[in-house]
Amino acid sequence: MSHEVANLSDPGLPAHVHRAADSDPKAEKKAERQVATLFGLSAVGTILFIVSYIYIPLDLFIFVPILGSTNAHQLSLGLGLAISLLCIGLGAVHWAKTLMPDNEVIAQRHEFRSPESERKEFVAAAKEGANAAGLGRRSLIKRSLGLSLGLVGLSPLLLLRDLGPLPGKELEKTSWKTGTRLVTDPGNRPIKPSDLEVGAVAQVLPQLNPDEERTLNNIGKDAVLLIRLRVEDFQLSPERLAWTHEGIIAFSKICSHMGCAVALYEQQTKHLLCPCHQSTFDVPRAAKVIFGPAARPLPQLAITVDTEGYLVAQKPFTEPVGPSFWERSS
Amino acid sequence: MTSRQKTAASVANYVDERTGAAAWMKKNLTKVFPDHWSFMLGEVALYSFIILLLSGTFLSLWFDPSQREVLYQGDYQPLSGIKMSAAYASTLHISFDIRGGLLMRQIHHWAALLFMAAIVAHLLRVFFTGAFRKPREFNWIIGVGLLTLGIVEGFLGYSLPDDLLSGTGIRIAEAIIQALPVVGSYLSFFAFGGAFPGEAFIPRIFTVHVLLLPGIFLALITVHLMLVWYQKHTQYPGPGRTEKNVVGYPLMPIYMAKAGGFFFIVFGITAFLSAVASINPIWLYGPYTPGQISAGSQPDWYMGWLDGLVRMAPPIETHAFGHTISWNILIPGLIVPGILFTGMALYPFIESWLTGDKREHHLLDRPRNAPNRTALGAMSLTFILVTLLNGGNDIVATHFSLTINQIMWFSRFGILILPPIAFVITKRLCLSLQRADRDVVLHGVESGTLLRLPTGEFVEVHTPLTAEQSWTLTQHEQRPALELPEEDNHGVARGKVLRNKLRSRMSRAAVEEVTKPNSDDMKEIEGH
Amino acid sequence: MKSLSRYRKHRYASPLLLVFALFMIGTTFSVASASTKESVNFARSAAIDEGKQIFLKGCSSCHGLNAEGGKIAPSLIGVGAASVDFQVGTGRMPMADMTVQAMRKKPAYTAEEVAALAVYVASLAPGPAIPGDEILTYERDGNTAQGGELFRTNCAMCHNFAGQGGALSQGKFAPTLMGVEPKEIYEALITGPQSMPVFSDKIITPAEKLSIIKWIKAAEVEPSLGGAALGRVGPVTEGLLIWTLGLGLLIGIAVWLATKAR
Repeated sequence: MSHEVANLSDPGLPAHVHRAADSDPKAEKKAERQVATLFGLSAVGTILFIVSYIYIPLDLFIFVPILGSTNAHQLSLGLGLAISLLCIGLGAVHWAKTLMPDNEVIAQRHEFRSPESERKEFVAAAKEGANAAGLGRRSLIKRSLGLSLGLVGLSPLLLLRDLGPLPGKELEKTSWKTGTRLVTDPGNRPIKPSDLEVGAVAQVLPQLNPDEERTLNNIGKDAVLLIRLRVEDFQLSPERLAWTHEGIIAFSKICSHMGCAVALYEQQTKHLLCPCHQSTFDVPRAAKVIFGPAARPLPQLAITVDTEGYLVAQKPFTEPVGPSFWERSS
Repeated sequence: MTSRQKTAASVANYVDERTGAAAWMKKNLTKVFPDHWSFMLGEVALYSFIILLLSGTFLSLWFDPSQREVLYQGDYQPLSGIKMSAAYASTLHISFDIRGGLLMRQIHHWAALLFMAAIVAHLLRVFFTGAFRKPREFNWIIGVGLLTLGIVEGFLGYSLPDDLLSGTGIRIAEAIIQALPVVGSYLSFFAFGGAFPGEAFIPRIFTVHVLLLPGIFLALITVHLMLVWYQKHTQYPGPGRTEKNVVGYPLMPIYMAKAGGFFFIVFGITAFLSAVASINPIWLYGPYTPGQISAGSQPDWYMGWLDGLVRMAPPIETHAFGHTISWNILIPGLIVPGILFTGMALYPFIESWLTGDKREHHLLDRPRNAPNRTALGAMSLTFILVTLLNGGNDIVATHFSLTINQIMWFSRFGILILPPIAFVITKRLCLSLQRADRDVVLHGVESGTLLRLPTGEFVEVHTPLTAEQSWTLTQHEQRPALELPEEDNHGVARGKVLRNKLRSRMSRAAVEEVTKPNSDDMKEIEGH
Repeated sequence: MKSLSRYRKHRYASPLLLVFALFMIGTTFSVASASTKESVNFARSAAIDEGKQIFLKGCSSCHGLNAEGGKIAPSLIGVGAASVDFQVGTGRMPMADMTVQAMRKKPAYTAEEVAALAVYVASLAPGPAIPGDEILTYERDGNTAQGGELFRTNCAMCHNFAGQGGALSQGKFAPTLMGVEPKEIYEALITGPQSMPVFSDKIITPAEKLSIIKWIKAAEVEPSLGGAALGRVGPVTEGLLIWTLGLGLLIGIAVWLATKAR
């Protein structure tokens, strides 16, 4: 090394300082009593636990400062457990600190590297073993073994195949069909345009046949948000304007980013905000993304009214709803 | 011999005759463990894991991991008659009807948060003190593995009750899986047994949560501890402590009492938290349905950085040849975390490559004496803190009268700008501290006593440091930068020249330091 | 009924009852208007006049002399008495300053003045009326569990799962619902104040609105089952607590554990 300088010298381990309890019998007795008190407190904690378990009813609430109105059973059960455990621990540590010998001990470390001779012997043994098996020579065996080992790993993977069906076109489908009525969620009531005032929203789902049961899988793709604006507020292409009805516009409620329910509608700014990642969509401009990580507008559902005047879907969604996936084409 | 001693002797004899354990036990009962509060952080993680096993077993006695739809008929009025999954209903049952059930749920959840916090705190201690250096690189990698698995395990546990908040989390996890190019929708359909949410996911992750991952945890933790045991603990520098020894207290009885006691302390504190602070009140969240959502939907803190990254991601998707790639999900959800964790796992090797240091290290660094590493740590920490802040931006916004848009933009720029600033500041700070060390070794500590010189001038008396203090501040080694053949084009491949250039620049940066006082300096001082 | 008597004692109760009675007679929904027009009495027109005076003094600079709206404030024609009662009664209007959002504060007007203003604005065009006690029978007619379901579908995305409020875009926020009068909740639902959308009676029926109110009222008094509620905002405060109190306590104890005894 270029700048060989002498370090200061290591003064070595400082002399051992005796604790009060080492020399003073009074201090020793005191420490002993402290440890015993802690262990005793632990026992009290366990008794509190048992008493709370048996005698404090589950529906008793008491007011505790800071915590507010809280459940007495849960609180005293927890505090009993905490005291019983904590005091054992504090007692044991206090015991170790004050009464057990506190002389520091020095142990020597040893290099992990094996002695040279042993390393040599190991290499020789490994080589000998490999030679005995003939791995080097018998390349046919080596390769076929490699092949079989590689293939055998496929079996457990293949076994996982039946975990689920293939996606097929499933991600692109929803229950919305031409003429499907929009019904309130919850309540399942069909909706007329006049039911919504300007500035009103409605969480809706497709109406099901009486024999169908709505599953979470359906809701996960079908959920739609209806919003009524003034017609003059829209800044839509003629095609998209035709998808609205009397100022009512419908969007998939499943975020185009990661699938959370985007239902946070700000009436004044006419923005839809997703509470998960704060993607913000501008409703009058067909839910164009104006902030946040979402890259696509929310899919718009074309709506109209049926002969009875109820709101229905003009047609199914024209694009898959929800987060993107590899097979998605737009 | 008393009769008790006799019994003990005969039991010991019985075991030893069958296992030969006495020789091993003899050696290990006197095993030496150095004492320092920061060495307890890993123990906090270990003990919270044990608490998790105990409380988790209790919960599993009642928990019904099923997404079968049921109508709630229990005592909690605000959910009476509501459709929910059996998983959610059984979690309500544990919370309301089983005595101590809610306490155990809260202990389980608090212990999980503590487990992850302790792992991270332990990791920071190991990083900043250089404890990951040879021969402990394997243990560092195992540690990174445990951290990663802990995040997954925690997320799965958080998902099991199938409440509105955790269901939203699963929805987001599904979107990440679905975003994988080529295989995404297949993997998602396999994981969920069809379309999201299906009825298969909770039962499946239950098995992973209570069997598969805990099994892997147990194996990894065992290896982690065996390596600590076998390699002996590192120690902080100080008088009498060298690379060749370990100074501390013997396992029997002191360390046993302290470590054993500390287990009860960790359990006690967890129980205390669970008694006084509510955690994950799932009955307030309501059961999961994809059509509902709550404002301020957040994951647990150890996932918060990931959520923060996802929130700040730029809105980019590629649509080409009939396929979609969601960069806005892949970059924050997989690529950046992948780089972070790979970099973290490889760091011991990167550092030893840069410094050319291939020797064993058992004495810890004081963070200031490794300015580059400390600065890098501060930089990474700053990165994570920015993501965490953004992960809670809605809560931060409402509580500090900010806007989520401001915090988002702050994070988007801050994530790029603040970490380098943190690096520079930390490095300067380390060098200043080194300088302060040097000054205090050479000139002693200001005593606060003023002395009037014969000339009438006032000077403050400086108390010199003790030999022990001086040693602690100067024992570290200061190595020169690597000397690499960077200019020489002959015989050195071109690619290697570039690599060497990089390496020697980084190595020179790594040894930037304030020269520590040596014995010559000290002699000079004594002359005064 | 206990609840009704409580509302009868409320300081707004008598003026509100008066206003309400007047409304049911005349202005709200045109169904009955033809038959009752003749019975418009002196008291009502006096209230309109008083309301107009207050309006001209306190509101017209932003909302226009005839409440037709201006550059910075919307038209109030057709917003109804409920809207006025909510905005002015909760102190949100008049706004203290032009911030992103009108804040709840101490009302600037007395209950009588608010009532007069409401009568005046309602006289401009039909709009939602102030819900009276005979409508707000949530304790009798509401269903808590159903209310919770409706709340989670329609309200929780802004006001949070426990009605604690939450962030909207650009610094706006949905306020907490804790401590908000049932009447005010009802008014907010039917009028859609500020950022909040309208929840029409056909979409969320009056009965369902009562259920929502009942659920909110239950959430308000719901004791904390597991200890301190930590603000009921989810995992953020839990994470903070484990790093500060949890790990803090343990590190404190670890420091004690590793120090030599004296």
